[in-house]
Amino acid sequence: MTTSRRRFLGYVLAAPVLVAAASPGEAQAAELLDLNDIMTAAALPTSGLISVEINADGTVSFALPRAEVGQGITTSTAMLIAEELAVPLHRVKITLADARPELLFNQMTGGSNTTIATYTPIRVAAAVARQRLLAAAATEFGSSDLRLADGVISTRDGRRIGIGELATKAASPRTLAVPVELTAKDDFTVIGRPHGRIDARDAVTGRKKFAMDVTVPGAKPAMVCRPPTINGKPGTVANLDEVRAMPGVTDVVTISTGVAVRADTFGQCIDAVRALRVTWRPGTVEGKSDTTVLRELASAELPLGPRPITPYVEGRFTFHFRSNSALEPNCAIADVRGGRAEIWSALKSPIVARQTIAARLGLPVSAVTVHVTEGGGSFGRKLFFDAALEAAELSQKLGKAVKLMWHRADDSRQGRTHPMATSRVRIAYAGNLVLGFEQRHTSVTTDLGHGLGELFTAMAAKLPIGDKAFAQTFFQFSHTSPYDFGLHSRLLSETGKGFNTGSMRNVYSPDTTCARELVVDQVAARMSRDPYRFRHDLLRGDRSRAVLRAAAEAGGWGRALPAGVAQGIAFHSEYKGVSACLVEIDCRPETVNRPIRDGVAGPRVTRAVFAVDVGLAVNPLGLEAQMMGCVMDGIALALTSSLHLRDGYFLEASWDNYFYTRQWNTPPDLRIIIMPSDSDQPGGAGELGVSAAMAAVACAYGRATGTMPTTFPINHGTLSFVPKPTVPPIPASPVDGLDHVR
Amino acid sequence: MPEHTFRVNGEQVTVDVDSDVRLLWVLRDILGVTGPKYGCGINVCKACTSHLNGRAFNPCAVPVRDLGPGDEVTTIEGLAATAGADLHPMQQAWLDHDVVQCGYCQPGQIMAAVDLVRRVAAEGREITDADLDGIRNICRCGTYARIREAIRAAAAAGG
Ligand code: FES
Ligand code: FES
Repeated sequence: MTTSRRRFLGYVLAAPVLVAAASPGEAQAAELLDLNDIMTAAALPTSGLISVEINADGTVSFALPRAEVGQGITTSTAMLIAEELAVPLHRVKITLADARPELLFNQMTGGSNTTIATYTPIRVAAAVARQRLLAAAATEFGSSDLRLADGVISTRDGRRIGIGELATKAASPRTLAVPVELTAKDDFTVIGRPHGRIDARDAVTGRKKFAMDVTVPGAKPAMVCRPPTINGKPGTVANLDEVRAMPGVTDVVTISTGVAVRADTFGQCIDAVRALRVTWRPGTVEGKSDTTVLRELASAELPLGPRPITPYVEGRFTFHFRSNSALEPNCAIADVRGGRAEIWSALKSPIVARQTIAARLGLPVSAVTVHVTEGGGSFGRKLFFDAALEAAELSQKLGKAVKLMWHRADDSRQGRTHPMATSRVRIAYAGNLVLGFEQRHTSVTTDLGHGLGELFTAMAAKLPIGDKAFAQTFFQFSHTSPYDFGLHSRLLSETGKGFNTGSMRNVYSPDTTCARELVVDQVAARMSRDPYRFRHDLLRGDRSRAVLRAAAEAGGWGRALPAGVAQGIAFHSEYKGVSACLVEIDCRPETVNRPIRDGVAGPRVTRAVFAVDVGLAVNPLGLEAQMMGCVMDGIALALTSSLHLRDGYFLEASWDNYFYTRQWNTPPDLRIIIMPSDSDQPGGAGELGVSAAMAAVACAYGRATGTMPTTFPINHGTLSFVPKPTVPPIPASPVDGLDHVR
Repeated sequence: MPEHTFRVNGEQVTVDVDSDVRLLWVLRDILGVTGPKYGCGINVCKACTSHLNGRAFNPCAVPVRDLGPGDEVTTIEGLAATAGADLHPMQQAWLDHDVVQCGYCQPGQIMAAVDLVRRVAAEGREITDADLDGIRNICRCGTYARIREAIRAAAAAGG
């Protein structure tokens, strides 16, 4: 590594205590400045910077312009600062920044991009702070032979001073531009080592505050009585006065999405919502069902090329609607009164939320404050702000603060979904040679939503996250195949509007990868090749082959298994990361039919080995956790979890209807292998693992049953629950809780 | 409105609220005890799991009228005190295994885990895979594997 790759320009901001900053976008390399140069940056527009502040108590504060929704970025961010600043991890305090419009796309959490985009700027800011602290200590001690460790600067002869004591002395009355050199990778003591999450203690003691746990004076619970079909509109309410008089109810009012109630408790909101008698106007997908959408997809599919003259294998796959509901439902607090608005919600795109809310309320953007709260999961959901918009509308209408939450049934039926899609794959071969790969992916339109599209176009050149995560034409449709498959063509076609869609731990990759890997297995079979060896021989790149080998070896590829039990293996690359998964699945009838109350048993994944190389893993323990979550998602997508569309609405209204992976579906043997990497560039990975995991489960299922699965999840054809009514839209709360105490 | 008196995390409380309001909302919306989370409201997701007189229960499915002055509700906030420590051994095991991702389900997971270990110990046997498979609490972040490890570790340590 050359020195220049570690030299960057940072800033000291004019402030009473030491505040060191860096540009959050492309980090500026300090090529033109000598390391000893310091210039006054009087004209610097400092508002767009991210900054690290040294506090008098020796702690370090940083407001992260991202949403923490479980992916562990507050921990990895604290690690970056602890590394550069040589302070103990627990003294780094990370908060989530309010919406800061000046940051533009540097405040968007998505596409597994956070670590990649913030890795250098945060370290630059911390390095500036370190340099200033050392300079202040040098003045203090009259010596520049100093050591900074554990938040204390010491001289050779044993004099010591804590960085907190230097917070004021190292401050600058003027804003300065400062070149700094970042710590070399070989000298890392924090980055790359496993660290537990910094918010774990708060989470396990119940102190961690999610949006609905925040106390805002006067913000009473609110819920919305929603239409029986997707995006139906409220007409008249027959019993407004009756419901207004119900216990605890303070307000009932019609808003754009339904009829909202505000009450002393959410329990009373639930009762009021259930009591409302509303006439509904049609929704946006009235009368549609799985079958009609499938027909639309078929007619939108782009044709494959001319039929090859050589032998070929073709597969056609269907991926049903899936819910990206997090465990924390859509929710937000809003206080819109006196010409100003204040919003609290877990938001991955707070700037767009702020602008949209201001427009909806008819307020200037400057009158809207958006606080980003900790999020209880996202998986794509929190890029949108449906609840925040609704809460703002309701609060304005009532002139009162509201704490608005969607019922689980709402979240499942009216919330965003991963669009239904089909994928057609053709691989042409001759003898032992693969000649060409074609894929035609057809999907219900994915909503990139709420003005994001326009902003992306406007910002295209400056995008720090790259347009690959969100733009209409996705990166993976233009990038080359991981395999040496000769001629290559992949095309996407989207069709149909009216559904509330969004990404779900990625948009297309799990489906496209699953389809591809299943057909790869078929080609290997035609050539009488071992599916693992076949992949290994055709994969490009040492890192790719290495992860595949690691998964195969650790998982005991090819070991003898009883009939009905089989292995599958799959590969996926994205976000500069490569990954491979080996799965063993038990499809024997006694396993498939094991009794589970109100749940789906089905085939059991008994072993999953997942190998991943993302480059530099800032926090291997956090990366491992993300991959474990991805494997659980992959199992759900392949085997159990989908939404059934019928007559313009989704049947699923509960976690016992929508079968996300539960303990009884988890592999008793789960191993994550993080590959050693000599890269000095970190990779993002929040979404990376789903694709290979889903594909491996599908391939294993195909080999265990002797039939390639073509519809996902495989149990979609069997409705394993009794659908709840749509009127009233939410179920009554049970009263028999004590009968279940064991 | 009727008054209801019971104990929450070692303290007696009296609330003035309709008898059929479910305890989850009495805890969260009236008493400000926000550790138990809402995830479904119909006793399915188990995010609200807490203890009543030392046994796991789901306050989203219990009307407040079911509680009397002799009833002790323990939420995640009061769990450590039942072990007379800063952290209950199960919470410590959760930290040791870095179980938490978003954390939303975790108060319920921990309360369910403590109850499972209690029941298994009362039967004088070890935790089995079937016991762990029987946990109904959802974790949408997919932390299941680390939950299993943490429970086994806490059980082995006598937690
Ligand atoms: S909220 Fe009580 S079980 Fe889901
Ligand atoms: S940690 Fe997020 S739902 Fe379990």
